[in-house]
Amino acid sequence: MSAVALAGTPPRRDPHARRRATATLIALVVLWPMLVLADFRPWALFEAGNLKVMGGFVGGFIPPSTSNEFLGLLLKATIETLAMATAGIALSFVIATPLALAMTGALSVSRIGPGPGRWRGELLRHAARGVLTLLRAVPEIVWALLFVRALGLGPAAGVLALAITYGGMLGKVYAEILESTDTRPARALLEAGSSRLAALFYGLVPGAAQELASYTVYRWECAVRASVVMGFVGAGGLGQLMDQSMKMLNGGEAGSILLVFLLLVLLADALSAALRRLLT
Amino acid sequence: MAAPVALSLTDVGLVHPNGQRALAGVSLEVAAGERLAIIGPSGAGKTTLLRVAGTALRPSEGRVQVLQANPWQLGARALRRLRARVGVVHQAPPIPPQLRVVTAILAGRLGSWSLWRAIGSLIYPSDIAGAHEALARLDLADRLFDRCDRLSGGQLQRVGIARVLYQRPELMLADEPVSALDPTLADAAVGQLIAQSEAVSATLVASLHAVDLALKWFPRIVGMRAGHVVFDAPAADVTREMLVELYAAEGKVLPTQANDPSAVPVVARRGAGDGVLPFSRPGCR
Repeated sequence: MSAVALAGTPPRRDPHARRRATATLIALVVLWPMLVLADFRPWALFEAGNLKVMGGFVGGFIPPSTSNEFLGLLLKATIETLAMATAGIALSFVIATPLALAMTGALSVSRIGPGPGRWRGELLRHAARGVLTLLRAVPEIVWALLFVRALGLGPAAGVLALAITYGGMLGKVYAEILESTDTRPARALLEAGSSRLAALFYGLVPGAAQELASYTVYRWECAVRASVVMGFVGAGGLGQLMDQSMKMLNGGEAGSILLVFLLLVLLADALSAALRRLLT
Repeated sequence: MAAPVALSLTDVGLVHPNGQRALAGVSLEVAAGERLAIIGPSGAGKTTLLRVAGTALRPSEGRVQVLQANPWQLGARALRRLRARVGVVHQAPPIPPQLRVVTAILAGRLGSWSLWRAIGSLIYPSDIAGAHEALARLDLADRLFDRCDRLSGGQLQRVGIARVLYQRPELMLADEPVSALDPTLADAAVGQLIAQSEAVSATLVASLHAVDLALKWFPRIVGMRAGHVVFDAPAADVTREMLVELYAAEGKVLPTQANDPSAVPVVARRGAGDGVLPFSRPGCR
């Protein structure tokens, strides 16, 4: 080791430069055909005819509808959407947490050494990863279509659809957040005979709490938006209302609904910021 | 005479996954209640040896017995119970900075607490008195309810020591436990580890960078270099020549505590043989 310091001449060039340049080149070569395949022509947006069509569509949203009758419906739909998103996230949290814990290698006792039960542990981790992949591989809209058939029109189908897909997303990202914080405290606790859960609460969560909370709130925000899309297929809430407004070509109502979305996203943002401050 | 053996390594070798060999043919037997210091230049394998002893690393060759058990033949539950009886002071205390000091210390007993007690203690500390007592021994009692990220490196290192004092393990392993402390504090902290070992007849194995600290407090010294044990002798028999040879690769100056007056009386107090002293001390530049 000290020989390096003693050896006279400094290295003439960065030994990693060529590898980096190659990687960048490959990334570009892969990216280009994808842009072509995706018909990526952003300038088409600014062609005169297109601008006019879009302008007409957006213009229809103005002014937002403020009739008392509609505002009553809007309030009810908003509450329904919030309930759907919140219940969905709560259920997905219940699904995600145990799977994330099973998948987190930083909480593996058998990896120390490696010790007894190593193969069982690895198997369990892979199984948990597989389950999480399955859960999130099917888009929530497909689950919603399925559950609407079973449970009928209404938010219950949306809640279940959210719980399943978002459970898969939360679980995967929770495990990744736990792995990317400093894992040495948890490892030291496991090496001192602590249980996995105690090591989680004393070693990993303190460092990861902020990220875990803000990702969960962000997913709640996404769930609000997703519940809208599912509303189009009959899962209730703002989406269903929007669907009706659009079908009746009532742009003002759609405009009001969009304003509510904006407020909800702002709310989620404020909630996330407050939680992060609390958990620093 | 025959005290039970607390730690026994037989021809232990360890090759890291990257192919680097950290230990080769290390044999060591430490009796219960014994206090032993490991010294040697940086990269000698001191940390690896302690991690093998602490069942954190499985040796590639040889046999390890920790508290009369072969950790790698135990089932998961028994291994966990064994680990709870071994306490490790890490050189860089592995404590999340967001934790309060009291929680960081109480975490020492997670190996013996039920999960419910562990979770409950996060909500309200379950043994404030115990944590306070451990921290007070390291002269840090007034920081009990501070967050760990408000401590200096040296203070955090003392919290790490307090955690192990609170754990009350039968085998204490300390990896450079006082590397971030000034000589006076380092001396006091090592003194507390020794006192704990005496009070509960716990075995203490510590790696130390400061040779004078090792000679002052530990009756038995093991010198390591390049993954081998170079000598294993009572402190009184360690000569200056042995030390100079041990640290030959690091230059002519033996690593000791900084040139601090409080560290100097080490020699006089031990009254060791003429062969031991005086060390050349790192110059004040």
